Amino acid sequence: MRTLTPYMKKYRIFAILSPILMILEVMADIAIPYLMSRIVDIGIVNRDIGYIVRVGLMMIGAALLGMLFGIISAHYGARAGFGFASEIRESAFRRIQRFSFANLDEFSVSSLITRLTNDCDTIGRVTMMSLRMAIRAPFMALFALIMALRINASLAKVFMVAIPVTAIAIGIVLIKARPLFLKLQTRVDRVNAIIQENLTGIRVVKSFNRQDHEEGRFSDRNDALRDTALQAIALIIFLMPVLNLVIYSTIMAVLWFGGQQVVMGTMGGGELISFITYITQVLMALMMISFFFMQLLRGSASVNRVLEVLNTESEIEEIDEPIKNISDGSIAFNDVWFCYPGSKERTLRDINLNIKSGEVIGIIGSTGSSKSTLVQLIPRLYDVTEGSITVGGMDIRKYDIEALRDQVAFVLQKNTLFSGTIRSNMRWGNEGAKDEQIIRALKQAQAWEFVSQYEDGLDHRVEQGGDNFSGGQRQRLTIARALLKSPKIIILDDSTSAVDMTTDARIQQTFKEELGHITTIIIAQRIASIQYADRIIVMHEGRIESIGDHKTLKEISPIYSEIYESQQRGVGV
Amino acid sequence: MRKGHRQVRPSDPKKTLLRLFSYFKFNRALFFWGIFFIIIGSMAQIAASGMLSPIIDTLVGEYDHAQFIRYIAIMGMFVALISVGQYIGYKFMTQLSQRTVHRIREDMFSHMEKLPISYFDTHSHGDLMSTFTNDVDMLTQSLEQSTSQIIISIVTVIGAFGMMLYLSWILTLVVIAMLMIMLVVVRYIGKKSAANFRDQQAKLADMNSYVEEMMSGQKVVKVFNYEDRAIRSFNTRNEELRVASTGAATYGVMLMPIMGNLSYALYALISMFGAFLVMVNSMSVGNIASFLQYTRAISRPITQVSNQLNTLFAALAGAERIFNVLDEEIEIDRGDVELGEDCEGRGNLCWIVPRGDGQYDEVPLRGFITFEDVDFGYVPGKKVLKDIELYAKPGQKIAFVGSTGAGKTTITNLINRFYEIDKGNILYDGIDIRRIKKHDLRSTMSIVLQDVRLFEGTIADNIRYGRLDATDEEVEEAAKLANAHYFIQNLPKGYDTMLTVDGQNLSQGERQLLSIARAAIANPAILILDEATSSVDTRTETLIARGMDKLMRGRTTFVIAHRLSTVRDADAIMVLEEGKIIERGDHDDLMEQKGRYYALNTGVVELE
Repeated sequence: MRTLTPYMKKYRIFAILSPILMILEVMADIAIPYLMSRIVDIGIVNRDIGYIVRVGLMMIGAALLGMLFGIISAHYGARAGFGFASEIRESAFRRIQRFSFANLDEFSVSSLITRLTNDCDTIGRVTMMSLRMAIRAPFMALFALIMALRINASLAKVFMVAIPVTAIAIGIVLIKARPLFLKLQTRVDRVNAIIQENLTGIRVVKSFNRQDHEEGRFSDRNDALRDTALQAIALIIFLMPVLNLVIYSTIMAVLWFGGQQVVMGTMGGGELISFITYITQVLMALMMISFFFMQLLRGSASVNRVLEVLNTESEIEEIDEPIKNISDGSIAFNDVWFCYPGSKERTLRDINLNIKSGEVIGIIGSTGSSKSTLVQLIPRLYDVTEGSITVGGMDIRKYDIEALRDQVAFVLQKNTLFSGTIRSNMRWGNEGAKDEQIIRALKQAQAWEFVSQYEDGLDHRVEQGGDNFSGGQRQRLTIARALLKSPKIIILDDSTSAVDMTTDARIQQTFKEELGHITTIIIAQRIASIQYADRIIVMHEGRIESIGDHKTLKEISPIYSEIYESQQRGVGV
Repeated sequence: MRKGHRQVRPSDPKKTLLRLFSYFKFNRALFFWGIFFIIIGSMAQIAASGMLSPIIDTLVGEYDHAQFIRYIAIMGMFVALISVGQYIGYKFMTQLSQRTVHRIREDMFSHMEKLPISYFDTHSHGDLMSTFTNDVDMLTQSLEQSTSQIIISIVTVIGAFGMMLYLSWILTLVVIAMLMIMLVVVRYIGKKSAANFRDQQAKLADMNSYVEEMMSGQKVVKVFNYEDRAIRSFNTRNEELRVASTGAATYGVMLMPIMGNLSYALYALISMFGAFLVMVNSMSVGNIASFLQYTRAISRPITQVSNQLNTLFAALAGAERIFNVLDEEIEIDRGDVELGEDCEGRGNLCWIVPRGDGQYDEVPLRGFITFEDVDFGYVPGKKVLKDIELYAKPGQKIAFVGSTGAGKTTITNLINRFYEIDKGNILYDGIDIRRIKKHDLRSTMSIVLQDVRLFEGTIADNIRYGRLDATDEEVEEAAKLANAHYFIQNLPKGYDTMLTVDGQNLSQGERQLLSIARAAIANPAILILDEATSSVDTRTETLIARGMDKLMRGRTTFVIAHRLSTVRDADAIMVLEEGKIIERGDHDDLMEQKGRYYALNTGVVELE
């Protein structure tokens, strides 16, 4: 387990100085009411103007000093808090970059975003507040208490009632508040979930006329949120009047008991006034502590969420001194079994397969037959559960992961482009790619025909997710991006489904002829997309049902011929 | 879209505030009584501090025990008033703010449900979501804290001022002088703080959109070994954000020690000047005690309000965004034609068409769709569909073929009036669809979209989404029809299996099957299948096709598919290119024409 403490290291000096300066500020502030009592009880009584001015200037000096300490403390607190948050954010981001696919499956995208943004911000803010309040409040209470005792120890007995009463009131509220605030959070989440659902599914809602139904569902959750919010807030608003009641009752008690002493002459009037000021300070400090705990409550949820990320270990590990050279694009599966992490079900069973370097392999099979799973094992996106996979004759676990993935280009089913230009997206494949190289790859992926039509060509803007391109265009761009890696193996996971058949055929032609040296694995739904493959693998329920070329499979594989028949119906000749 | 950061300053704060206040009218009593009690509480607080003066004067001067007890008793009364006033006041005000926000959320959601589809096309989900969550949150907090606080501050400042003037006008002048200094400081720091705050928000937005993009594409990052490059550009942004946040927080927090200590300096000055005044007998020690309490009381609201100014403005800017959503025009629905349930007394569905003279025509619901010379564009001046003419007779299957962007999906979106056409007419059983109430129009159609959206709830709930009153048997029947029954049965909890957000615990194919079952249970006259089978492999598709054949019987069906196999048995195939129908006819006709359709098929033809 990790905690967050190490991330403070870089900003430790500020995390230490901020509270120290804060204590100095508190000391300056605490001196002021005491000095005031001297003015009243000595200055006024002795009619000593010189003394009054001297003490008055001391008070102003103390205030200015307090201000200086306070400003620096505020700045250092901010540096420490947000520096800390930035260190955590960076580590979390780095950690996520090292996540395996299995780790990524475990966290949803939106939860990762929240953790990196809102949660880290909250941690920064709460840290800063803590450095200030957590130090300021107790010291304020302590110093004020000491001063009060110094002025009049016998009057300090009122604290023996006031402090426990305040502490109990705060304690009760905090204990009751915790579960309520947790409940409140789930209520908020539920409201947000339904909004999200309706935003993405608005077409479904509208086409089924379910607006009223959805509004009803929303209303229920919205009501629940309001009710819980009111419950939680009821506790907080209970605290303020109670604390005020305690403060003023204490003042009255001091007036009562202290009054007698003033009358008897054992206590000065100024002392009484400053005593009252100190009482207010002690109790206000207690109130600040309670607010601090509430802040902490909010912060702790964020800390836990971020820690979850930081404590997640990728199960894909590299050996010491990994091999960096991959000799060729041959692939072999030896008795491979695979279960997704956390699942008992065997997704792949007993896979044995030999692919020669430069071969074009097609994979076909029904949904859930684990086609994608099979190919995801090759670049070690997941590790095999049993058996082994070799690339270039070497167990893939012996390679440097980066080197392996450089040589195995993978076009994912859910392909994403990133905001920027076509050029910047293509350079994902090769950081230093020249325009000629990019254009060549675009041509090979049959994407140049539309890219060349843009006035700004490679500088054409790409919106987030590539939303300004059609599905087919996106697929072709992602294929080009993968080709720029000049890999030894390329895997296309259903990557031409939105491309029209003529273009699809041309892409295959390119892989077969121009890119013959690259081992190509194509997963497809339509037989036309893999018809030119050297061999076709038919997958069924996690097993290889049969392997062969188009002609053979039509005869030996019932599944293949069924698929073929159904697609053939379309021709109807 | 996602570019540029969200405003942190409202463009018209007055208008927004007024509109916000108009929400209070639903809870007028709460508003008035809340303010009333808060004012009572604050006034009592001032009065209680004021009691210090006579009490201390009794103590240091001629001691009168009875008088002392009377003063203490009066003070006790005020103290009780503080607690009661504050408690009831806060209670009412929080009720008010929660109810207001509750109502705003309700309004937003129901408004959102009524917005046209084009709105969702042109606004990013992220932004809408952020308005719904962050902006509403911010508003709640501000309403809760700021409303009461501003009232308290005003009462305190006015009350304390009055008391100060009453106690000593000379000392009040000192206070005013110091307050001037404080205001200058607040203004200066406020400006700095606002600039820093804006900078921070911009950097935060930048970071958020970067993180969002990277996290969404994280798997791509992995397969491209892009991690180090991602970390590098992340770090630049992270560092910028750190510097901006530190700056904003420094200026935000700095105000507290500055104002706090300035008020201590004021305290010192008052003690000093007060002492002189006592010596020349124009003031009592008790007066000083009260006056000192007021100096502390008066500087606190200034610090607090100025401290909240940034968040307050940000909240108002958020409120403005909320109201912008509420001001968006809702879907046009001026139809007067309704769907009748029991026509000619035979339980048949029919359109009830008003004739204008108070009489009605009953037109039987058959599912006859006609496009007459229809033009359409998502944005003015950019036509996506041109001169579309077509008809679909009841029970016919019409297929649309063409490359991506040719306008296939768009045509089907016009039939259920997701979008309004620019020119021409679309007729449904001879009635212009613009005359038909949208609810009734859509209730006769089912759509299966390519991008399957499911809802939180059980599998049965999701199928029942097509018809809320469907029985369990009907749900199962629909599932069987869509060939979904088999996989559902194999789930540990069967039809009661809870779906996680958007059904992520099901495979793409399974979700597709569910959406088909959902469409089936609605028993529509018209069926629109938008690339419904594209992510189901051919084998599963065959299974679906069998069910679909049953489902399509007797219904007008519009199909968009990439796979020509699903199109072959259509009564009419429309080949679209660049928004125009370039070929039409059944499969055999089109193959004979040897045109575009033939070319599209050649990929498969070459198989032989």
